[in-house]
Amino acid sequence: MNEESLTQAESTDCELLSFRVGEQEYSVDIMSVREIRGWTRPTPLPHSADYVCGVINLRGTVLPIIDLSRRLAIKVEEASERNVIIVAHIRQQTVGLLVDAVSDILAIPESEMHPPPETASDNERSFVKALTIVDGRMLRILDLESVLPDQKQDAA
Amino acid sequence: MTTPDPMAEIRASFFIECEELLEALQDGLSMIDDGATDDETVNVCFRAVHSIKGGAGAFGLDELVRFAHRYETVLDEVRGGRLAPDHDALLLFMRAADVLSDIVRNCRDGIVTDPDAVEPTLRELEALTGGSEEEEEEEVCDFQPMTLSLDLGGCELPEADPAYEIEFWPERELFQSGNEPLFLLGALKELGSTEPRCDTDKVPDLSELDPEGACIGWKIRLTTNQGQSEIEEVFEFVEGLCTLKVHKEDPVPATGLPEISGLPSLEQGVSDVENSEPETQSSASPAENSAEVAPRMTLGIPEAPATTPPEPQPPQKTGATTPPTIPSIKTPPAAAAKPAIQATATKATVRVDLERIERLVNLVGELVINQAMLSQSVTQAGIPANSPVAQGLEEFMQLTRDIQDSVMMIRAQPVKSMFQRMARIVRESSASLDKRVRLVTVGEATEVDRTVIERLADPLTHMIRNAVDHGLEETETRIASGKSDEGCITLSAAHRSGRVIIEVSDDGAGINREKVRAIAEDKELVQPGQQLTDAEIDSLLFLPGFSTAKTVSNLSGRGVGMDVVRKSIQDLGGRVNITSTPGKGTCFSISLPLTLAVLDGMVVEAANETLVVPLGSIVETLKVRHEDMRAMGPNTQVLQIRDSFVPLMDLGVELGFRNPRDDYNGSVVLLISLEDGTRSAIIVDTIQEQRQVVIKGLQDSYGHIPGIAAATILGDGQVALILDPVDLMANATGKTRSPSSQLELAG
Repeated sequence: MNEESLTQAESTDCELLSFRVGEQEYSVDIMSVREIRGWTRPTPLPHSADYVCGVINLRGTVLPIIDLSRRLAIKVEEASERNVIIVAHIRQQTVGLLVDAVSDILAIPESEMHPPPETASDNERSFVKALTIVDGRMLRILDLESVLPDQKQDAA
Repeated sequence: MTTPDPMAEIRASFFIECEELLEALQDGLSMIDDGATDDETVNVCFRAVHSIKGGAGAFGLDELVRFAHRYETVLDEVRGGRLAPDHDALLLFMRAADVLSDIVRNCRDGIVTDPDAVEPTLRELEALTGGSEEEEEEEVCDFQPMTLSLDLGGCELPEADPAYEIEFWPERELFQSGNEPLFLLGALKELGSTEPRCDTDKVPDLSELDPEGACIGWKIRLTTNQGQSEIEEVFEFVEGLCTLKVHKEDPVPATGLPEISGLPSLEQGVSDVENSEPETQSSASPAENSAEVAPRMTLGIPEAPATTPPEPQPPQKTGATTPPTIPSIKTPPAAAAKPAIQATATKATVRVDLERIERLVNLVGELVINQAMLSQSVTQAGIPANSPVAQGLEEFMQLTRDIQDSVMMIRAQPVKSMFQRMARIVRESSASLDKRVRLVTVGEATEVDRTVIERLADPLTHMIRNAVDHGLEETETRIASGKSDEGCITLSAAHRSGRVIIEVSDDGAGINREKVRAIAEDKELVQPGQQLTDAEIDSLLFLPGFSTAKTVSNLSGRGVGMDVVRKSIQDLGGRVNITSTPGKGTCFSISLPLTLAVLDGMVVEAANETLVVPLGSIVETLKVRHEDMRAMGPNTQVLQIRDSFVPLMDLGVELGFRNPRDDYNGSVVLLISLEDGTRSAIIVDTIQEQRQVVIKGLQDSYGHIPGIAAATILGDGQVALILDPVDLMANATGKTRSPSSQLELAG
């Protein structure tokens, strides 16, 4: 990578990691991504929300896994070894996001990110922070904080 | 990125030292209370307060200085033999020690101490010495942080003004920088009467004389009522430009020849250590910092083993100037005759950041898991057990276990510090209830994981208060029943079969079971006329909402007492039991795991998931037979075990992993018993093994899960959940039968 593009990226661009959930393409800010790892069978947690697959062993720490397809209400096949876990750090907390595949790292200028339209009333609305267009495809930028299980609800 | 404020670090270590000093003070006071009358014990107390004062001065903690100063003055009186420490005075000293620790804590947290909490004790202390005006003045001079005691050790306090031997050798640089020794001598004269003598021994022949060099020195005998620090202040501006030695002269000059003043007389004992301190500051280290370190330096003295006189005092990093004084440190005579002090002498310790230990503990946890994974794959590879690989692995397992044990030991702390806190609780609560109570502690050296200690403090405080308030009778009642008017509470700690047993017992009246029963019935906690054994009645005390106190005192008896105590001890994986003998007293016994980081558990399988059940809660395991199961509700069953019925629950169902099966004939059942005696039978699919597991918290990463205490990582790298039987049973549905279709329709 040459220096010019680096400085450019620093000034206005936001680097995103894009991935697929079912047929849809999402992305998250790459700064919150810690690592990407292959699928291992999670240990299910009793009485948890349906989108919480369970916990896995990430080199000695117990990492909760959120199934993004369930969280975003996207119909997919059962999770298998082809799936990928994105380990992300959100709100002082590390979680794994179960996705179908990681596709690309993109640098998108802030100016090209648009807020999602107000009309949407489905629950997807609150998870998407912004929208952008890459190569004619719509890319959703995920609001990671809203993906996390609500702490208060879980405590109750 | 941000450089840590060096001052903040020094400050933090000062407060840590304060804790240690306060502990030493408490120790000393209780030793005096137990009849130790030797000077050394008093000295230890005095030095502790003195060092706190010194450090506080350096940080400008005025309120701390003020209190410590008064306290020190009183202790000084005791040390000088002018005040006999009777029981009441000792109680006051202990209270003062409590106040002192409060102020220290407040200073650390930056809270202004409420004067109302301090003043009464302060006035009482003053009353012991009589008058305070004089001290007020002294206090001002004492602000100089490097003030170090001149009269520590066994030396008698002189009646007349003390005399100092000052040796002053200017160096060449002193004259080069335009200083004039005459002015300095003149300034000394203002402090008191001086007898200066000029030492010209080093003046060479005229032919060799360097006209700009320094060849002469002075020896001045100064009789003054000022402190050593004032003397040093005179030489403040020539610090580092001269060799200065200030020695307090012995009141009865033994071999008082001024020529050997560099070698102080032996009788000065420990005081020389202190005295040599300023000497280094003026001659060797001009750095201002040395003043801040000064309080730390005095720390070594109370802790130095009394038997080894030439023990190099760790703070004495002085180099060339001090060696003449070191041989003069001699064993304080009193300490030599007191083996008890040697026994309690502190061992060498290292202060380590807790985070580093936590990290080490985590890493060792990883190692344990890794080792388990390795052995599992070796087994799977079909390597014979007598091969070198398998044998090496066996040794590796042994080593891992040893390392794990050793690391856990690092975190272990003696319960002493907590017991001292409890001593304070006893003092405070007995004072407010006007009961005379003595606390006896046993097994202070018992070591427990520090996380356990921290979380034990609250429940223990409550139990101690309860013992003072409810356990012990009123003084009149005690006398009437032929007991000593002083109640006795025993706090003991001991290791027993891999657990720590902490007991709080009193010699009071014991539990009034009839009253307890009546109250329980009154509050509808039990059915009237229900058959209850003594133990069952005793454990009623732990029920929520139970309180036997007729009047609600501010100490205990708000009715939230013992059930909270039991809850917090259960959270630690512990158990509480009561034993009580009418007229003889009550004993609460807490049994705790040694550590919170590992757990002995039974690895079981339910609905294809591996789970760990804490071994401590399992009473027995058995196989159910069809004829032992009895239907209870529409979809619940009970299991008949010998003569009792226990509720039956399917672990897989309770955790929501599967639907109830209809036939449980032949399934494996764990009989779980809780602290309150309730039992239940949990159905699991298979029992795999019994092993130690490393506890991994779930709270931080996910939050609380009903019925689950924590997680662990098994040998195959999979996460397994650790059950919380108490929580599990509290939320249990008890469904072991599929609801019939009829009922579903009806519902």
